[in-house]
Amino acid sequence: MHKPNRIILDAAIATAVVAVMGIARGVYSNELMLFNFIMFLTLAQGLNIIYGFTGYLPFGYVGFYGAGAYGFSLVVMHLHVPAMVGMVAAGVAALVLGVILLPLLRLSGAYFAIASMAAAQAVYEIVANLDLESVTKGPYGVSLSDVFAPATSYYVALAILAGTLFLVVWLRNSRFGMSLQAIRDDSVSAAMAGVSVVRGRTIAWLLSASIAGLVGGVFAWHISVFYPDTAFDLSVSIFSTVFLLFGGATTLSGPLLGVFILYGIYNVIGIAVPQYFQFTYGALIVLLVLFLPNGLVSLLTNRGIRVP
Amino acid sequence: MSPEPLLHIQGLVKRFGGFRALDGVSFHLNPGEVLGLVGPNGSGKTTCINVICGLYAPDGGSVRYAGRSIGGQKSHHLVKTGINRTFQSPKPFLSLTVRENVEVAAHNGNPRAGFDVDALLALLELDRYAARPAAELNSAQQKTLDLARAMATQPRLLLVDELAAGLNPAELSRMAGRLRALADGGMALLIVEHLMGFIDKVTDRVVVMAAGKEFFGGTLADATRDPEVIRVFLGGGHHG
Repeated sequence: MHKPNRIILDAAIATAVVAVMGIARGVYSNELMLFNFIMFLTLAQGLNIIYGFTGYLPFGYVGFYGAGAYGFSLVVMHLHVPAMVGMVAAGVAALVLGVILLPLLRLSGAYFAIASMAAAQAVYEIVANLDLESVTKGPYGVSLSDVFAPATSYYVALAILAGTLFLVVWLRNSRFGMSLQAIRDDSVSAAMAGVSVVRGRTIAWLLSASIAGLVGGVFAWHISVFYPDTAFDLSVSIFSTVFLLFGGATTLSGPLLGVFILYGIYNVIGIAVPQYFQFTYGALIVLLVLFLPNGLVSLLTNRGIRVP
Repeated sequence: MSPEPLLHIQGLVKRFGGFRALDGVSFHLNPGEVLGLVGPNGSGKTTCINVICGLYAPDGGSVRYAGRSIGGQKSHHLVKTGINRTFQSPKPFLSLTVRENVEVAAHNGNPRAGFDVDALLALLELDRYAARPAAELNSAQQKTLDLARAMATQPRLLLVDELAAGLNPAELSRMAGRLRALADGGMALLIVEHLMGFIDKVTDRVVVMAAGKEFFGGTLADATRDPEVIRVFLGGGHHG
């Protein structure tokens, strides 16, 4: 397929997903479920930017999400600023955490994954600390009823999803994105192709972190009452990772499919009959690891078909 | 004769812990010249290339390139000044297509517009694989792709690390022709190689290394008559 056609197809998919999630709110009454879909669609793509394009898999991805949720909450609670200012604080909080954790990029593979998880846990311990009750409300959680605005926050979440999807479309079709994939495949050869390896990884890492922070911020805004256990719940990392790997990293459609299929199953049977859900989920993951380690999209990519 | 060589290595030292992989090696290389770097395994040939291309920082001595000291500068920066290399075991970007492998280098290493990626692929007979993932190439083709990646940055100094190993005689002869043509176009080549036939065909002169030092410089024909070279390669430290 020619390059312009690829970009058009990628962009069409991104636009369609955003449109569907926008329209769905008007025709389906369970807004919280739709909002969670938007969150995981965004988080899976945010993780795609760091894992799919540089090969780093941060199990502690939830740390940025939690940092964003508390970045939003702290400025809204203490400074009484409008929610949109809180959103900026959410992104900045995750970005700052990302900068602090930059040295982790010196690790690789499982060491990186575990270290990032420890970092997320450390942030949780600080936030949930009783001694910081006057600042973070400690383990008792925050209440943001002043800025509660389910409709606005839903559309802000949708805008973040749109921005993230188009960022992935750009990465998939730009020289910068191709350089990142070169770094992922072989960082020494990439350096000898003139690619600045440190710069590329840093940019991807901070983009990925900021996206999780923005999602965390809009989660805080939409939910408005939550506990540190919720904002730093490891299942946020696990779900995002499983959705991404199930669909197939580096593509646009893979993580989307992963969320729609697996989070769909979760919502159909996970809440009503959790034991069947866990059985189905477990079986799916085992089958995937055994037969499709590169995700659903590899059914096509292995046959030389380019997947958007 | 140019007043200063393109590459001037003087007393270069590289230590790994207590081991001196390079122990004061010196040589120089002029534009359009092909220099063979030969020596037994472990004599420091590849380490030498790794230091010149910025993979390792030197622990002593100097690396001067185009009149400037470059020791310790980062690889991706040196690539843009015209230094590139191939790897003993090629490391292409396996998930990218053959064409994309070369595009990455052409875009990042050589920001000048108008570089013809397709012409380069055709020259190296990789054009018919252009749209295939690099993972599908065999090892000789991956070596050629590694050379294409290096050439896409339009280097003035090309460091070639055992490109010939594993090629069949027909491929060897074509590869020798390609490298010779690059030198005739003004590129300086430093070639690390064990295959002496290949060295003989391609190089203008050789530097023989042992234990991190050079101890012979001249033509390959002279080297094979030098008693010290014979001793290092064939042993015979004992008299009688």
